[in-house]
Amino acid sequence: MATLNSQIPAGPLSDKWEKHKFSSKLINPANKRKYKVIVVGAGLAGASASATLAELGYEVHNFVFHDSPRRAHSVAAQGGINAAKNYQNDGDSVHRLFYDTIKGGDYRAREANVHRLAEVSVNIIDQCAAQGVPFAREYGGLLDNRSFGGAQVSRTFYARGQTGQQLLLGAYSALNKMIGAGGVKSYTHSEMLDLVVVDGHAKGIIVRNLQTGEITRHSADAVVLATGGYGNVYNLSTYARGSNVTASWRAYKRGACFGNPCYTQIHPTCIPVSGDYQSKLTLMSESLRNDGRIWVPKRKEDCKKNPADIAEGDRDYYLERMYSAFGNLAPRDVASRAAKYVCDEGRGIGDTGLGVYLDFGDSIRRLGEGKVRERYGNLFSMYHEITNEDAYKTPMRIYPAVHYTMGGLWVDYNLMSNIPGLFVLGEANFSDHGANRLGASALMQGLSDGYFVLPSTITTYLANVKAGGRPATDRGEFKQAEEEVRNFTRRVTSNNGKRTPDSFHKQLGKIMWDYCGMARTETGLQKAIQLIGDLREEFRTNVKVLGEPDGLNQPLEKAGRVADFIELGELMCRDALMREESCGGHFREEYQYTPNDPEVQQGVVNTGDVKRRDDQFAFVAAWEYAGAPDKAPILNKEPLIYEEVKMSTRSYK
Amino acid sequence: MNLLQRVWRSSLGKKYLMALTGLALFGFVVGHLVGNLQVFGNPELINSYAHFLKSKPGLLWGARLGLLATVAVHVGAALTLSAANKAARPVAYAGGSAYGSSWRSRYMLVSGLVIMAFVVYHLLHYTVQLPAVNGGLDFHSLTTRLADGTQVQDVYAMMIHGFQVGWVSLFYLIAQALLFIHLGHGLSSMFQSLGLRNHVWGPRIAAFAQVASFAVFLGYASIPVAVLTGMGGDYVKNLKKAPTTTIETLR
Amino acid sequence: MKVSLKVWRQKNANAAGEFKTYASPELNPNMSFLEMLDVVNEELSNRGEDPIAFDHDCREGICGTCSLVIDGKPHGPHKGVATCQTYMRSFSNGDQIVIEPWRAKAFPIVKDLVCDRKSFDRIQQAGGFISVRTGSAPDANSIPVPKENADLAMDAAQCIGCGACVAACKNASAMLFVSAKVSHLGLMPQGQPERYKRVKAMVDQMDTEGFGACTVTGSCEAVCPKEISLDFIARMNRDYAVALIQGDPKQVVGGGAG
Repeated sequence: MATLNSQIPAGPLSDKWEKHKFSSKLINPANKRKYKVIVVGAGLAGASASATLAELGYEVHNFVFHDSPRRAHSVAAQGGINAAKNYQNDGDSVHRLFYDTIKGGDYRAREANVHRLAEVSVNIIDQCAAQGVPFAREYGGLLDNRSFGGAQVSRTFYARGQTGQQLLLGAYSALNKMIGAGGVKSYTHSEMLDLVVVDGHAKGIIVRNLQTGEITRHSADAVVLATGGYGNVYNLSTYARGSNVTASWRAYKRGACFGNPCYTQIHPTCIPVSGDYQSKLTLMSESLRNDGRIWVPKRKEDCKKNPADIAEGDRDYYLERMYSAFGNLAPRDVASRAAKYVCDEGRGIGDTGLGVYLDFGDSIRRLGEGKVRERYGNLFSMYHEITNEDAYKTPMRIYPAVHYTMGGLWVDYNLMSNIPGLFVLGEANFSDHGANRLGASALMQGLSDGYFVLPSTITTYLANVKAGGRPATDRGEFKQAEEEVRNFTRRVTSNNGKRTPDSFHKQLGKIMWDYCGMARTETGLQKAIQLIGDLREEFRTNVKVLGEPDGLNQPLEKAGRVADFIELGELMCRDALMREESCGGHFREEYQYTPNDPEVQQGVVNTGDVKRRDDQFAFVAAWEYAGAPDKAPILNKEPLIYEEVKMSTRSYK
Repeated sequence: MNLLQRVWRSSLGKKYLMALTGLALFGFVVGHLVGNLQVFGNPELINSYAHFLKSKPGLLWGARLGLLATVAVHVGAALTLSAANKAARPVAYAGGSAYGSSWRSRYMLVSGLVIMAFVVYHLLHYTVQLPAVNGGLDFHSLTTRLADGTQVQDVYAMMIHGFQVGWVSLFYLIAQALLFIHLGHGLSSMFQSLGLRNHVWGPRIAAFAQVASFAVFLGYASIPVAVLTGMGGDYVKNLKKAPTTTIETLR
Repeated sequence: MKVSLKVWRQKNANAAGEFKTYASPELNPNMSFLEMLDVVNEELSNRGEDPIAFDHDCREGICGTCSLVIDGKPHGPHKGVATCQTYMRSFSNGDQIVIEPWRAKAFPIVKDLVCDRKSFDRIQQAGGFISVRTGSAPDANSIPVPKENADLAMDAAQCIGCGACVAACKNASAMLFVSAKVSHLGLMPQGQPERYKRVKAMVDQMDTEGFGACTVTGSCEAVCPKEISLDFIARMNRDYAVALIQGDPKQVVGGGAG
């Protein structure tokens, strides 16, 4: 069993971070340059961490598999970033952001981490504004805000529909500054393929250069993973095609615990699937729900009709009906599940019957087409480009799609995993969003971890490591890790298989979506575990990778990633099976409110809402690798103790 | 590095030089045109103007050397930039190229080089007055007297005779057409190179470039066209009988 | 629908490349261009042929990874979109489509349709930032930015760094890219202290990388998936002229010893 100590500082919640920073050890500036830190990933978390650590004087080596750090998938976030600035004077505060995040996460996140996130949020906006991030502004020149993703205050800062790209360019510019100044050495086209653990501490990585195929060893005093989420396990998702779990997964196989893998966020407003060739689902910004109304026909017979021919009275604005207080702005998990329900009832629209309308008719009548165009023009044209439909004239068709993974490598309050010296930031860790993430909070967490949390918590570890004492790369652990990487490459390129990695990925994605998607059942999950086990075996014997291992070989890259996704998929199903409750993005059909429940009768929740079981499942599931892919992983539990907030039934009625 | 080195060593610096020398050359083109258009007046008008210029050799040679230097910088920058530009795209596209580019912009080098060749010819023709480039007529022999009795070169007659030669006029018109192309792009892009353009002034500058380049073309082209359609025909015919000119050489 | 593809194949950076023609399998007009290539590649793989290497990642037009010159136009026939947002309905049954990589000395080809755009990173490392240390920032609202400037800066900042401007330009010039970066920061009050130093450093690095010069042909603007305006080039030229005239700043010796 792994030892999990969350290292949460004692004392009142709002003083913990301040106190912790003070009690952390410092490293004298002359010594800092003797420490080398490897950062894998250059999204919001990785780029901001690399830049900040280098500013502090550490020797930083940054690795990305992309051709440029600017292409990390943080770039694609559209909506915005939350911060408890209360510039709008609408009652926001650090405490309210903290509370909303805890509640939004369905009481499955750590209080101390979330409070720190809310505290730091205000510094992020300052930092980004100073870097020149072109946030939206009011005519007076001050920052504009909007309400977003189920929040009742306007605390979201944004930059048109591409806040992610703008924040990433800010972090990337900070990274560039430090690369230019020599503080960061940047390795592009470099995919981490293994973690090297020496005497129980993370001390290096094995990297394959994707352009040349060269495999190299890198040692360091600490390793930071900021490698993003694993939603591509579903094949079809809003993730970039290259997003993968490999770095996290190899760390898991070296002993790092994987926290809450089954917590997946399904985003309600994506463009529906159109065919089996599909490679990618496109998200339409959630901001559309501010002015669009979601509906399906009341009667199944109307589903194939032209929406314009369905009378107002024959439409079911189901979110407004079910969640009158939040209406179309209900949180993501709630809105997604509601869409699934109405489609399961046979009232879905479009060719596949898996879609609902997002209608701007009312807004266009109320605000005029010009205003709607001004607010959402880029999204409407993107929708038109993809579907060839004009959303000013006919309602958009949307359906939920996998968008974010709340689970990830387990970390303590210092963002260190249970392998000393291995830190995990951003979406790659499990820590801040519980079982469901609120809109505009991912960017906040990535930057919080990278700019403010890690640079201060990493000293707790480094101060106890001898400066300049990192191991040489000719040690046995490095050699062995490199050999394992080479073995995999050799095996898949010489395998006389029949199927491409892509075809395995598609098959895995279908299993995951069917049995471990928006709704999960015990029998379904058991079946999925069986199917995935078979798939893993078939992959081993029947995968086909053409071309040479030297030089650019995209199928080879894909093979490694898919192999890891297959194993991860199984772990997700095991986690979902173990968690006999529903919470946030994890919905077990066996655990939902029924008309007999008092909460339904009192009108707090709806029939079909998620039913948590706090008495048994208020813990973080931290899974530990048992040494072989076919051995059942070991479950470690970190209890979730709520000192400040009372766990209650999440109600958006 | 001093300023000149900094400017010459940077691609943008060279673009500034192109723009500034281009502007100066445009100034010359306009000034020259205004001078030439006097051909439409009384012959005395242009002849006395030409005489005035020739009577100030310091000014004339200063201007000539200045222009030569300007042309040298303009062409030197153009050739070095264009070599660098070619080197930047070592392999051409098979599926077509230069999508969305304005057609004039693609012919700047070729139009510039042809114009330069024309300028050399034009100088030999009217400045050096080489009989060989003008069907054999020696312009030096054409003289006339101004009203005050000063004996001067008969520039008016030179122009009429010159443009009465069909291929001379044709070459001239081709060169003017290329100048029209060259200026139509150059006049607006010089503002872009110098950074004197924004979303408000951009369209205005583009319109100015169209109008100005076309006006220059009309102005210059009007002279050979007028000559070919008969202007000054009588003057040179009469000239053949006048005692002050050496009519024998006019064959 | 079916199309035939004339694709540039090149084994590696040093090998000579050539065009090869492939017939596509049956396609759905609602496929994206990249999904069409996926389908073709799946078929090639099943036949035992090396699939066509091409760059792609987000497939929603923001990461700037995808490239491809399609029938002579970077990012395909439509305006204001990237290759990943180009759909097969833009082509007709039986079309022959010519697919080439970005071609520029500063973007060497790695394999097939994949080129290396590190030169863009190096330009930004030379000066594409505002030197602000983490933690040293004043309150965000203490720096008001006129809305017009913020909007204009945002217009420039939309650049996704794909390199289509370079690919389209007959001179393989990176002026639109560099000017977008320079203008974004130069338009913000935060960017003023380093404004001239920045433009000088970035343009000089651009020259060093071997990009061509701007002859204002307008190709870059025409193919830019974010429709970034040529006006930014003028803005950069203005700033660079000032930087050139100012010359290098005075070197300060000594410091705060004692």
